[in-house]
Amino acid sequence: MSSNGIRDRVAIVGMGCTRFGERWDKGVDDLLIDAAKDTIASAGVTLDDIDAFWLGTMASGVSGVTLSKPLKIDYKPVSRLENFCATGSEAFRNACYAVASGAYDLAMAIGVEKLKDSGYSGLTGVRPVGDGTDAALSSPAAFSFVAPAYAHRYGVDPDEMKQVMSRIAWKNHSNGAVNPRAQFRKEVSIETITKSPLVAGQLGVFDCSGVSDGSAAAIICRAEDAHRYTEHPLYVKALSFVAGPGGGAIDPDYDYTTFPEVVRSAEDAYRQAGISDPRASLAMAEVHDCFTPTELVLMEDLGFSERGLGWKDVLAGAFDRDGELPVNPDGGLKSFGHPIGASGLRMLFECWLQLRGEAPPERKIRSVDEGRRLGLTHNLGGAPGECVSFVSIVGTEPTA
Amino acid sequence: MTAGILSWGVYLPHWRLQRAAIGATLGERSGRGTRSVASYDEDTTTMGVEAARRALAALDGAVPEDLFFSTPAPAYLDKTNATAIHAALELPTWAGAYDLAGSVRSAAGAFRSAHAVAGDRRALAVLSDLRSGLAGGAEERDSGDGAAAFVFGEATAGQGVVAELVAHAGTSAEFLDRWRTPGEPDSKVWEERFGQEVYVPLVEAACSEGLKRAGVVATDVDHVVIAGLHQRAVQACRAGLGFRPEATVADRTSSIGNLGAAQAGVMLADALDQAEPGALIAVVVVADGADAFLLRTTSELPRVQAARTSSGLATVAELSSGGRDDLPYARFLTWRGELRREPPRRPDPERPGAPATWRATPWKGGFEASDCRACGFRHLPPARVCLRCRTIDEMDHLRMADVGGQVATFTVDRLAFSLSPPVVGAVVDFDGGGRYRCEMTDVDPDTVEIGTRVEMTFRRLYTAKGVHNYFWKARPVETRSAGEDVGGDGS
Repeated sequence: MSSNGIRDRVAIVGMGCTRFGERWDKGVDDLLIDAAKDTIASAGVTLDDIDAFWLGTMASGVSGVTLSKPLKIDYKPVSRLENFCATGSEAFRNACYAVASGAYDLAMAIGVEKLKDSGYSGLTGVRPVGDGTDAALSSPAAFSFVAPAYAHRYGVDPDEMKQVMSRIAWKNHSNGAVNPRAQFRKEVSIETITKSPLVAGQLGVFDCSGVSDGSAAAIICRAEDAHRYTEHPLYVKALSFVAGPGGGAIDPDYDYTTFPEVVRSAEDAYRQAGISDPRASLAMAEVHDCFTPTELVLMEDLGFSERGLGWKDVLAGAFDRDGELPVNPDGGLKSFGHPIGASGLRMLFECWLQLRGEAPPERKIRSVDEGRRLGLTHNLGGAPGECVSFVSIVGTEPTA
Repeated sequence: MTAGILSWGVYLPHWRLQRAAIGATLGERSGRGTRSVASYDEDTTTMGVEAARRALAALDGAVPEDLFFSTPAPAYLDKTNATAIHAALELPTWAGAYDLAGSVRSAAGAFRSAHAVAGDRRALAVLSDLRSGLAGGAEERDSGDGAAAFVFGEATAGQGVVAELVAHAGTSAEFLDRWRTPGEPDSKVWEERFGQEVYVPLVEAACSEGLKRAGVVATDVDHVVIAGLHQRAVQACRAGLGFRPEATVADRTSSIGNLGAAQAGVMLADALDQAEPGALIAVVVVADGADAFLLRTTSELPRVQAARTSSGLATVAELSSGGRDDLPYARFLTWRGELRREPPRRPDPERPGAPATWRATPWKGGFEASDCRACGFRHLPPARVCLRCRTIDEMDHLRMADVGGQVATFTVDRLAFSLSPPVVGAVVDFDGGGRYRCEMTDVDPDTVEIGTRVEMTFRRLYTAKGVHNYFWKARPVETRSAGEDVGGDGS
């Protein structure tokens, strides 16, 4: 199998991201227009300059017309795609390949999701007509298998495990508290997190990401053209996406302490980008913290921590905003909620701000000043044992 | 050769409602003892499946090729309910499946029908009832839920007849004793003394004719089952038909309630659990007339009794004294739809699609897995491509419904839709291989743990747009010993 990558062949030259939250004031069209408007302004182009569009949305619309109609796009290709929680990242990945192929000069990847209009709590999916045998477990329940499995395998005391989970939520809420685009902009005490009512298994309300509306977008061009649009482009170093065979759900050997799909996509991405020590090489990572134990396991699956030691790194603050490798410096899904189609692009937007030195002083990460130039984004979609995973690596310099 | 009973099975649900709990809530006296209660995910069809599985578990040789399902509380009208049982048992396509639904007396009809058609082709009678009533009423308090099943056929090399039907006699009469209009949960009854007046002569006539046809007298009978929802008439007949008092089979209504259409079957099973070979059993069903069955046990019975014990099939005595008896009355009312509760702020479950359900019949009905012929990996649900070795379309299919397993991990889901939250979800590793994630039922979330032994049970996951979604759940294996009330959930 080959996965050759397109390292340094395309670059992001403009990005935009709406405020995430309960956007009762904005419809899907409004969110798309707001994100697109900020993005073209950021790149200094007009919609007319863009040759092709990729729209990521799970359930807020179908077909390219969902984008072309509100934006009045004139007879251009608009692809709409969905890939679980990696939907936004998939829009980005496919737009990058289209530009790298030479088919188009300028492409936009845009993601949107309007979750709050449903009137329900939690995520609601759209499923094809089935035979009714899928176990009716919620997403928190599916991910709640992870915490006890991890604690059991590595001998972490249950109370200590709860502290680790709470520490992750506390960190991400602290980061979100100073981010004007976040859904939740308050610090939350460890005690509040630890004592929050249970949703599923050991997961309390504060162990779960929020539910919100939002949109984000990026404009991509060939790397050699990047400086026509911006002084500070972000070069795409790696794009990896894998869908797993769904083995964990039926394989007695699967123990819920890892996401094999993430391990595979991370390995692929590091190879494409030429990274051997991600913890030392990356300036930051935006990872899919849908639930606090997910972020813990991701630290190991993405190679930031040794197997079985991620929880110690978490407690030691290694992934805090001022830590060795800031993880989710923007506040993550925890603070932003998770409008499926938008999340992946929202993560890239934080790389766009931080790596290019545009993040405001109160939430700037130190690693960039220390000379690190690379950022990672990651999405996980589905459930443990049965999921998709996306990893991208972007950087401010054309050669690593 | 003549056909007789080859095997029997009884199912009583896990839950008991203390009658005192009714009175405590309603502020009145409500008697002592308990009644059996079908859980929120059970109906007459699922209980019928469970009783039939127990009858088949003790059966050697061929499966039944005719199925008669009787219930006064059918899950569906127009559509046959027996076909759901047929699917869950994975009976052959050419097997008959018929409902005798609506009246309590139809149970006697199912019993007679199965016996009548049985020969070298085996037939199964499934008698199931789920009895409700208005809050605080005698029906609610004194009735119960459960099912019984009997396999009829001729003796074969591996399976002898355990009881022969020596004679049957019946009487029928049109009068208003008890009635219920379709769609209503509560039965109406006329003044009890009127029913007694009409019933007793009908029962006397049926019994004396039955005894005569069998060539015996009442005092020859070793075990007497008199079953019916008309309590006064039943009591009068137990005392006044000339049977020996010590021959009376206990009805166990104080712990499980009157099981309606299933009562006679459960009491007959109770008699078969205990009877000696060569014993004479009279089964009298008091419903819109009377049916008197005279059965003679055979020398095969002790072997079958012993085999049932060694294979872990509980007796009616054990089942009656088991179960969990702390069901809150409010939850009982909720399960019966008598208490309208605020639903979770989640979408209603989707109606299963007919074509997808039909295609999945071996999976949905028989909980079938597929085993890879190349490497042996087991897939639940059945897969065409092997997860381990990727071989395509080289699979053997295997029924997993009757295979035990243990909890690999579990969770308590407080967000998922359920008629009785929270949902307990478990990842189950099956004996001999295979893993599946499913709901648990009849479970106390506080006592389930990794390693808990489970068995699969056929349940109604939910009903959406009038479609009952039947599938399998895992439940903790209850370990019981004779006469001992283990309580709890047995995990």
